[in-house]
Amino acid sequence: MRSPPTPEMATQEVPLNETLAHLKTESETLKSKLEEERAKLHDVELHQVAEKVEGLGQFVMKTRRTLKGHGNKVLCMDWCKDKRRIVSSSQDGKVIVWDAFTTNKEHAVTMPCTWVMACAYAPSGCAVACGGLDNKCSVYPLSLDKNENLAAKKKSVAMHTNYLSACSFTNSDMQILTSSGDGTCALWDVESGQLLQSFHGHAADVLCLDLAPSETGNTFVSGGCDKKANVWDMRSGQCIQSFETHESDINSVRYYPSGDAFASGSDDATCRLYDLRADREVAIYSKDSIIFGVSSVDFSLSGRLLFGGYNDYTINVWDVLKGTRVSILFGHENRVSTLRVSPDGTAFCTGSWDHTLRIWA
Amino acid sequence: MFTYVCVCVCVCVCVCVCVCVCVCVCVSPLQMEKVIVAMQDPDMGMKMRNQRLLITVIPHAMTGVCVLLLWCSTESLHLGNMLVKYGYIYPLKEPRCLVLRPDESPYRFQVRPLSMSILPTFYNPAIYLAKKNIRKQGELMEYEKERYSLLHKRINHTWDFVVMQAREQLRASKQRRKADRIVLECQEQAYWLINRPPVRSITLHCIQLYCAIEACRKALGRNRVKSSICLEGFLKYSEQYLNHDPIMQGCLPSNPWISDDTAHWTMNAEIVPVPTRLRVERWSFSFMELLNDAMGRREFMTYLEKEFSAENLYFWQACEDIRHGESSKIVEKVEDIYKNFLAPGAARWVNIDSKTMDKTLEGIKRPHRFVMDDAQMHIYFLMKKDSYPRYLKSDLYKNMLAKAIVPQETKKSVFPFMRRQRHSSPSPAQTATQAAEEEGLAKGAGANSAAGSHF
Repeated sequence: MRSPPTPEMATQEVPLNETLAHLKTESETLKSKLEEERAKLHDVELHQVAEKVEGLGQFVMKTRRTLKGHGNKVLCMDWCKDKRRIVSSSQDGKVIVWDAFTTNKEHAVTMPCTWVMACAYAPSGCAVACGGLDNKCSVYPLSLDKNENLAAKKKSVAMHTNYLSACSFTNSDMQILTSSGDGTCALWDVESGQLLQSFHGHAADVLCLDLAPSETGNTFVSGGCDKKANVWDMRSGQCIQSFETHESDINSVRYYPSGDAFASGSDDATCRLYDLRADREVAIYSKDSIIFGVSSVDFSLSGRLLFGGYNDYTINVWDVLKGTRVSILFGHENRVSTLRVSPDGTAFCTGSWDHTLRIWA
Repeated sequence: MFTYVCVCVCVCVCVCVCVCVCVCVCVSPLQMEKVIVAMQDPDMGMKMRNQRLLITVIPHAMTGVCVLLLWCSTESLHLGNMLVKYGYIYPLKEPRCLVLRPDESPYRFQVRPLSMSILPTFYNPAIYLAKKNIRKQGELMEYEKERYSLLHKRINHTWDFVVMQAREQLRASKQRRKADRIVLECQEQAYWLINRPPVRSITLHCIQLYCAIEACRKALGRNRVKSSICLEGFLKYSEQYLNHDPIMQGCLPSNPWISDDTAHWTMNAEIVPVPTRLRVERWSFSFMELLNDAMGRREFMTYLEKEFSAENLYFWQACEDIRHGESSKIVEKVEDIYKNFLAPGAARWVNIDSKTMDKTLEGIKRPHRFVMDDAQMHIYFLMKKDSYPRYLKSDLYKNMLAKAIVPQETKKSVFPFMRRQRHSSPSPAQTATQAAEEEGLAKGAGANSAAGSHF
């Protein structure tokens, strides 16, 4: 079959079908070569290196606070830098700011859409961002005037062509990073709503993102339904590294505290650790008895523990270095949908489809 | 899409493009990819600005004639047309006609589903056709009608959801500003004109494979570190931070969530008279730890003042402010930095190598968010390699460490069932508002209270 692709132009000399076949083989060859190269420098496994480390003893963590107030599934939460306040969002469109320590609700906003899948606290503690099925990310300044309607001061910042799956402020209140069901991530200027940079490379919905705690502070990682985790340069918009070892959607990605690695949680019931300098997956956290997907992961402050919230209502605590499960926590009466460790590492918070949030310590 | 607004329309971009060389009659998708990447380079590529389309202003667009001037070659028009026909850029005027007009007609870079994705969900063919059908009953083209019925048959069970999403998208588009509406509609239309099945899909597939191949090649070229070295890093880090991890080792005097006592937070507030020992120790773990802690940064500044190199830290802070601050203040802040730190004879002149200085001064002519990056990194590493290690050996630091508090562990209460009263704390939003008010009231009396939250 002769080309050209459109009747108007005669560009390609070579028939497209041949080109396609040729490209396919070239792509396969390069992929296996890449795997070979990656494997060459993999001289030892993490748990082998960790043999000399002391094992962890019995772990006792309990629910210390239960936050009740949402009328429907809790989908997302984030901590404030003051280490005690949190913002949470739910399926019924409500976004609530709590002082988790006293369990008092401080602010509540009702979004015009349901399924608020993403929410984030601003670094200053003076605003929250949220969004979901409305395809937007909006910023609400937190006012302490009881009479003031928070919704009135709302500022629409981001605009995607599909649902908003995650959002995060960068180092200041002025910029927001978002990921969306439209397959892209984007960086926005809060003041003007301007799109500063967009990130294309995922082949399907992007479900999660996390900013790198590195010195130069210029990268972030995203995970999507295409089973890939991509590391991006925020300035140029280019994908710097890509990892594809999960067998299903990646629901959550989180950087290791040093910034040299990140963990991911997926519907394939595993959590995995990827090292950025070695450019490969270095650990899998899984058990035959765990068959439900992981919705959310986070590290303890030292990076020794990895907490995973699962769809079977439990939280599994993993020893990052040895690869073993240290503890399993029960309490929620439905899926755990979100999990974050507090900024000073004193506790972690989980949100669940059972309409509650719990603080564990 | 990319947003460096500049004053002059056709700036000297002739410099950049070695692309000129590879423009020939037979243009491959890989070459087009290279051209597009070069066009989108933040320093050397197309300068996007507002363009007029009759009475509407289209943001982040370029004119046809500018695209052609980018290459200054006899083959420019041909290459330009290729880019439009393959959907890399799309027209906003007469979107059904996919040609590059050498005039003021506006064009924009297509959002790139053609590159790394298969069928991107945001350009869902079912939703697109459903929308068109709802909007213009019976106006689908022949091949669109065929596709519509095929899709309807295949995904019959979710068709309601498709129609619901189509209605939702139509409703949402009505609420958009006219400029945004035009952009999105042209974008979508151009995409579907180009992606008519089945021939287009092979082209699409080819382009995807080209990109996958490029990505592989790039990955093959990267430097990797041996696993044994990387993994040792994890061990070291966990060990170093073990005592600082409250979940692993507990915290002093007690974990507030367990004891209901907020002493731990009070003692570790952002600014305290005497910091805790763990906190001061942490400053020695890495330069980043020192800078991330407000007190640490203050101490370091004091040290640098003694060494007469405080301008480095001031400079670094000013650069951070640009990187993370409002877009509208960038130009003003860059000017300030030039005046205070870079201009000959500046009050706080920083010592940067001549190459970086030249590059920065050149960049300042067209200021953008990242213009200070190189200079900032240079000064950062200077401080990290030189001043920071000396600070850690200095008396200033050692004294701080010596007088730092080690809190007493709170004795568990005799009656474990009696719960302490849980005190609330001022909301950061409140503190910030108050501070701002106070600042306003101070009337420039020099009392610049630290506006910001005290945690």
